Amino acid sequence: MTQVILFNLLNGLIVGAFYALMALGLSLILNLSGVINFAHGGFLALGAYLAYSLMPTIGFWGALLLAPILTAFLGLAVERLLIRRLYGRDPLYSLLLTFGLAFIFQDGLRYVWGAQSVPYQIPGWLASPLSMDYFFLTGYRVFMMIVVALAVAGLFLVLGYTRLGMRIRAGTLDLDTVSVLGVNVRVLRNLNFGLGIYLAGLAGVLAAGMLGLSPTIGDQLIMPSFVAIIVGGLGSLPGTLVGGLLIGVAAGMTTVFFPTATEAVIYVMMALVLIVKPSGLFGDEGRLR
Amino acid sequence: MTFLKNYGVTLLVWVVLLAVPFWFPYVGGYTGLGTRTIVMALAAMSVNFLLGFTGVLSFGHAAYLGLGAYGAGMTIKYLLPSTPLGLLIGVLAGTLGAMAIGAMIVRLRGVYFAMVTIAFGQVFYFIAFRWSSVTGGDDGLTGWKRVPLDLGFTRIDILGNDVAFYYFCLVCLAASAGIMALLLRSPFGRTLLAIRENERRARFLGISVDQHIWLSFVISAAFASLAGVLYAYLDNFVDPRAFHWQQSGEFVIMVVLGGMRSFWGPLIGAAIFEVLQDKLSSFTDNWMSLLGLFFVLVVVFFPRGVLGAFGRKPTP
Amino acid sequence: MGSHSKTSGMAKTSGMGRRTLLKAGAAVGAIQFASPFIISARGDEPIKIGVDNPLTGIYTALGKNENTGMELAASQINAKGGILGREIKLVVEDSTSDKTDVAVQKARKLIQSDNVNFLIGNVNSSHAIAIAQVAAELKTVHIVPGGHADAVTGSSCHWTTFRICNTGAMQGNAMAGPLVKALGKKIYIIAQDYAFGHALHDGLAKAAAKAGGTIVGEEFFPLGTTDYSAVLIKARAANPDILVDLAAGDDGINSIKQAVQFGLDKQLHIAGMQQELEVIEGLPLEARIGTWMFEWYWKQPNVPHVAEFVAAIRKVTNKVPTARTWFGYASVWSLALAANQAKTLDAVKVAHTLEGMKLPPEVALMPGAPFFRAEDHQLVPSVFVGHEQAKGIDDPEDLFVVDQVVNVADVMPTPAETGCKLDFPA
Repeated sequence: MTQVILFNLLNGLIVGAFYALMALGLSLILNLSGVINFAHGGFLALGAYLAYSLMPTIGFWGALLLAPILTAFLGLAVERLLIRRLYGRDPLYSLLLTFGLAFIFQDGLRYVWGAQSVPYQIPGWLASPLSMDYFFLTGYRVFMMIVVALAVAGLFLVLGYTRLGMRIRAGTLDLDTVSVLGVNVRVLRNLNFGLGIYLAGLAGVLAAGMLGLSPTIGDQLIMPSFVAIIVGGLGSLPGTLVGGLLIGVAAGMTTVFFPTATEAVIYVMMALVLIVKPSGLFGDEGRLR
Repeated sequence: MTFLKNYGVTLLVWVVLLAVPFWFPYVGGYTGLGTRTIVMALAAMSVNFLLGFTGVLSFGHAAYLGLGAYGAGMTIKYLLPSTPLGLLIGVLAGTLGAMAIGAMIVRLRGVYFAMVTIAFGQVFYFIAFRWSSVTGGDDGLTGWKRVPLDLGFTRIDILGNDVAFYYFCLVCLAASAGIMALLLRSPFGRTLLAIRENERRARFLGISVDQHIWLSFVISAAFASLAGVLYAYLDNFVDPRAFHWQQSGEFVIMVVLGGMRSFWGPLIGAAIFEVLQDKLSSFTDNWMSLLGLFFVLVVVFFPRGVLGAFGRKPTP
Repeated sequence: MGSHSKTSGMAKTSGMGRRTLLKAGAAVGAIQFASPFIISARGDEPIKIGVDNPLTGIYTALGKNENTGMELAASQINAKGGILGREIKLVVEDSTSDKTDVAVQKARKLIQSDNVNFLIGNVNSSHAIAIAQVAAELKTVHIVPGGHADAVTGSSCHWTTFRICNTGAMQGNAMAGPLVKALGKKIYIIAQDYAFGHALHDGLAKAAAKAGGTIVGEEFFPLGTTDYSAVLIKARAANPDILVDLAAGDDGINSIKQAVQFGLDKQLHIAGMQQELEVIEGLPLEARIGTWMFEWYWKQPNVPHVAEFVAAIRKVTNKVPTARTWFGYASVWSLALAANQAKTLDAVKVAHTLEGMKLPPEVALMPGAPFFRAEDHQLVPSVFVGHEQAKGIDDPEDLFVVDQVVNVADVMPTPAETGCKLDFPA
């Protein structure tokens, strides 16, 4: 029993880390620009499909590097053309717009790559367990953990120690002041959106190694990522990270003790957290600008 | 003339709605689509009662749609085949649910409130999905039918006659819209608007903000559950998806699409959403792109929703 | 990448068909507007078959393949004189993959607004059950090509509804013997926690016990589960001979992919029941393993007419037909054969003609003679038990090797066991 618990705890952390990666991207955009990005799952799927198409020419590693960057470039373009028009308006319009984008993404991906799942090949040595006793620790899951850890560390380094990062953080707290201080807010928001979409693309490249790659791959992942943000609290990126890990572990533990409630548990947890602490674990009051 | 000025839009809306069975087929519609549209419009209007006139976003109104739908369906299936009784129990189930849930979450604001409403909807969704011996699970609740109305002096066949059922739903919509409009004109409604405009100021004026939001939430959920009852009657069928956050999301989209500060906005939004989706998907497999593009264009070119574009003042 | 051109090509054909039909519908509407009493002269109007199948969402690939089969059947039937001398036309609607209310709405629209004579649908079992209720209410003969839940021709059966694909019980009965004989007695079952998963599970569990196997454990997981480690950890702990994976669609891909990454295929046998070419083609090479059952397979060298069918589908899509393509093909043909034999479009008469009707070899496309059982309206076909292979030897799409053909008639559950009571109008 202890072993099963331990297995699921570890596994919950791995799954949670993945949710955190997706949630961090969403959170960046939400915090600085007040945009609820329902098209995040679409960007994730696009990242995965780009990797799938690039792989035969530049290999898995090349695709891992390049696909998220290409996705981010599309993100920059979408921000300039469309998302930009949402700033200063009721956040509900971002819902309508990004819902629309999500529809277009799903249909577009189906048009280009077909409705049927495509075979996404990861390197053979990653696709097997590290040891027979801990067989659930596959090379790929460990690799995912490492990539997520690197990405999160990289993100926090960028936010903590670069000029762009400091401006993003300052803008999250008080965008008007940042603007008055002479920072070009339009460029700042553009780059910030691109950064968030980069994380979505990366999450897609990783997810397709474990899941079947079809145009709807992002659909199951988007709501848990929002839950992660809310549990952690709006406005707090470390909160988002903790939220992601927490929901992963909670779901993992529930499969041991009460498997029927596995899917419901993250929502129950969110409701409990909010009823006890109305602004999430580490968050601000939840008013969007 | 002032009468026309004040009530012109309302009058127009009712003339158009009353005549749906006569003109709709000539523009490629069918009565079932018309009925579905007004049922969804009722749900969207209930969301807007809270969002547009109290300033609180519920992203989980499907929870009450589902409670109403299952309440009605299960009453007819297990208890007594009676359309009015199903309606009563469905609305009661949704309203009681909203009273309890509202009491727990009324302190929350903004995105947190929206997300916690999703949470309750999702929990109901999973219960309906898993408890298949009672709810029918993923296959939905089948094996029951709405029952013709017996008014004593006459019998209205809302089961066999589509058009009769359309008017039955329209009567429900009319009653609901009337009550909502009256409430919004009452001192209670004015207080809700005050809360929407500036919650802090309302609090300083001595208004018990939480209580008002709670009451507005419960009223709104009651109408959503009425929509749920009709939704179940429409297909003689309910499945867990009635509770799902995507369903709630569609209501919010209808509201934003139509214009969230206007009383009839959600009706317009629901009509556009339902008819466009139905027509586009008959026309091409790539209807999702077209519908998505339409949403995008509305955001870009109609900054306040379709009705908002006509620059009307909100008419509660 | 290679697949996109045909997908869009397919979309175009069905889209175009519907557009022409819309125009025709508008014209009819105009005439009705002018004088509602002209319509009695309907002799040369085409016979319409409503198709209510998913074209968006997770079941898109399956739905589109079924529709391709239907289109081929329709063009063949028209070349041979149509139904009762009238041309047939498919009216295609998107039921979506997950919104049953939309599927029901579309069924009503097809019958009441487009006035279709017959209805076909749906890939999703829940949709199929709900549509069947509408078809019965509106007295329209309805064929379910590929929704597998037992209830369709069991507890929820209707006089109007017939089904091509197999039930869970039929699959379990067909598969249990070969599994226990070849792979071992201790079986662990994982399945999706909804009607379809439970149907397959119950079918197999019952049949395996009869065949001398034991179920050492079972685990139901939610539809759309993305992480299978918890399920697979439990399964391995039970130490079975065979891990039977009953998940379909994306869940099937995810669970097999992860089981292979966990190295389970090296410690025990991985098997399942219904497997589809659409799923295998979405798996990476190392995960194309295990013992499965196909309801129809395109490589049947000794069966007449199969090669022509494969060639005709290849001409349209550049791909081989899958079981789904055949489901769709057989659905339209069954309707045409029955209506022509009954010499009428009357629903009750067509339904009675379909009861017991045998599919001729050019439609059956499999050994034996599949027929619709009169008591529950279920087609009784043969199924193909075999194993997957990573790469086809002389064809890239030959990813399955048939080891054994099972005639389901030999293992079919009795009509009483299905719980079906047909509700013909008095």
